[in-house]
Amino acid sequence: MSTDVKIPQELSFTQHSAPQGVKLPIYMDNHATTPMDPRVLEEMLPYFVEKFGNSASRNHSFGWAAEEGVETARERIAKLIGATTKEIIFTSGATESDNLAIKGVAEMYREKGNHIITAVTEHKAVLDTCKRLEKNGYRVTYMPVQKDGLIDLDDLKRAIDDKTILVTIMAANNEIGVLQPIAEIGRLCHERGVIFHTDAVQAIGKVPIDVVKQNIDLASITGHKIYGPKGVGALYVRRKNPRVQISAIIDGGGHERGMRSGTLNVPGIVGLGKACAIASEEMSREAAELGALRDRLRERIMNRLDETYINGSVEHRLPGNLNISFAYVEGESLLMGINDIAVSSGSACTSATLEPSYVLKALGTGDDLAHSSIRFGIGRFNTAAEVDYVADRLVETVERLRELSPLYEMAKEGINLKDVKWAGEAH
Amino acid sequence: MSYSDKVIDHYNNPRNVGSMDKSSADVGTGLVGAPECGDVMKPQIKVNRETNVIEEAKFKTFGCGSAIASSSLATEWVKGKTVDEALAIKNMDIVKELSLPPVKIHCSVLAEDAIRAAIGDWKKKQESAKPVAALAQ
Repeated sequence: MSTDVKIPQELSFTQHSAPQGVKLPIYMDNHATTPMDPRVLEEMLPYFVEKFGNSASRNHSFGWAAEEGVETARERIAKLIGATTKEIIFTSGATESDNLAIKGVAEMYREKGNHIITAVTEHKAVLDTCKRLEKNGYRVTYMPVQKDGLIDLDDLKRAIDDKTILVTIMAANNEIGVLQPIAEIGRLCHERGVIFHTDAVQAIGKVPIDVVKQNIDLASITGHKIYGPKGVGALYVRRKNPRVQISAIIDGGGHERGMRSGTLNVPGIVGLGKACAIASEEMSREAAELGALRDRLRERIMNRLDETYINGSVEHRLPGNLNISFAYVEGESLLMGINDIAVSSGSACTSATLEPSYVLKALGTGDDLAHSSIRFGIGRFNTAAEVDYVADRLVETVERLRELSPLYEMAKEGINLKDVKWAGEAH
Repeated sequence: MSYSDKVIDHYNNPRNVGSMDKSSADVGTGLVGAPECGDVMKPQIKVNRETNVIEEAKFKTFGCGSAIASSSLATEWVKGKTVDEALAIKNMDIVKELSLPPVKIHCSVLAEDAIRAAIGDWKKKQESAKPVAALAQ
């Protein structure tokens, strides 16, 4: 079957002309979501019309065909993370996987204890789930992170007590791309008989994840961050050493070994499986390429601009992630100046809450620099020519906005902005 | 979120960007907002002492596109007005002109505050001009 994927008409309203080989607008926000790999779509297509069966239909070929697609996907996902097929539970995505893991453990192990440990830089799907459990009588420790975004393992050691049932720490952060010491966290948890869940949505397919070597008991996975479809995800649930049990949060027909009822999203699952198969094949090469593009972007920006700061560890980081604060320039205005490039900002003005990024604040980045941050997410389909264009546009826009910035002018005059008594704050 | 054409125009071609000598007796300088809040506006006005007419206005702003547009527009509006006429500019006039959405109304409030602060600074200079002269004798 051919896959002539129609890409939507260009959304660009820019007056800039694209250099040779660069098509505008440029998508460089791959932590938000990734474009789907055409190879994934190709694999999914038969499961909409021809192989439409319900994978739970055991008595006819329509059901068998769907089931075969689902089981192939299960094998591919398991292979990517070093699990077995019976340990993969399909869900609607990472938010559901996080909810199922955390609430499922909390309920199942309630008699053993009521204490959960997480970190302040986790995704809201984890933090808000923990907050809800707090209302229901659970105790939650929100661990701080160090300046580089990593948790302190000694802090974790001290936080675990007799009532601790679950530690949930993400593998890679969605804003700053920082990689937590997952294997060490897992070992610590296993030494203390505590279950370890990791939200691995940003890490899977980007850096090696091995649930056995890294002592992971539960791992959340999603399709749309790895060039697969949206609306489909998985939860890895360990079956031995130790066997982990979770209570279901959705009741019904007892699908997925009773852990997640609901007719399976067969095309989505097939797509997720294919995305994992591609990642298994190509991850090591792709990681090296993305790392090189990221370093190229970093150098081309930071060599030309002063007072720019990388947020989070450079060493322990996803290859495609770069998060930089541009002092004296507000993030949303910067995004407006590079409107033919899709990236995101930790600026309050770009969030629904009017608060700057809580992740950056947790690193000790001041609110002023949090407002000035841009997250670049380089992905499979970005090119060196695009990176160069993005760097040029960004440098040009930062320079223009600094000329407009009273803060830049004051700093140039030698005024320490921290000493200024700011008045007339609007909020 | 998409921006109105007028916001985009002011962002791309901000009017009256720059600085004037803030120690000059004819120049009033405002500085409102805070870096932690993501908005700082610094408008300056140069006032004719005889007529009280604002002959020149400049600004620099750290903030989102709507903040930049609000301050750019405000400097455009105050130019040629007397100080009292300029004080009559209300933030909702800016909201209307730029079609700011509700989440950006604070930008217009800050722009109004900024103009008032610049005028306030100029008025203070006029009042203190006499005592300073007295001291000098």
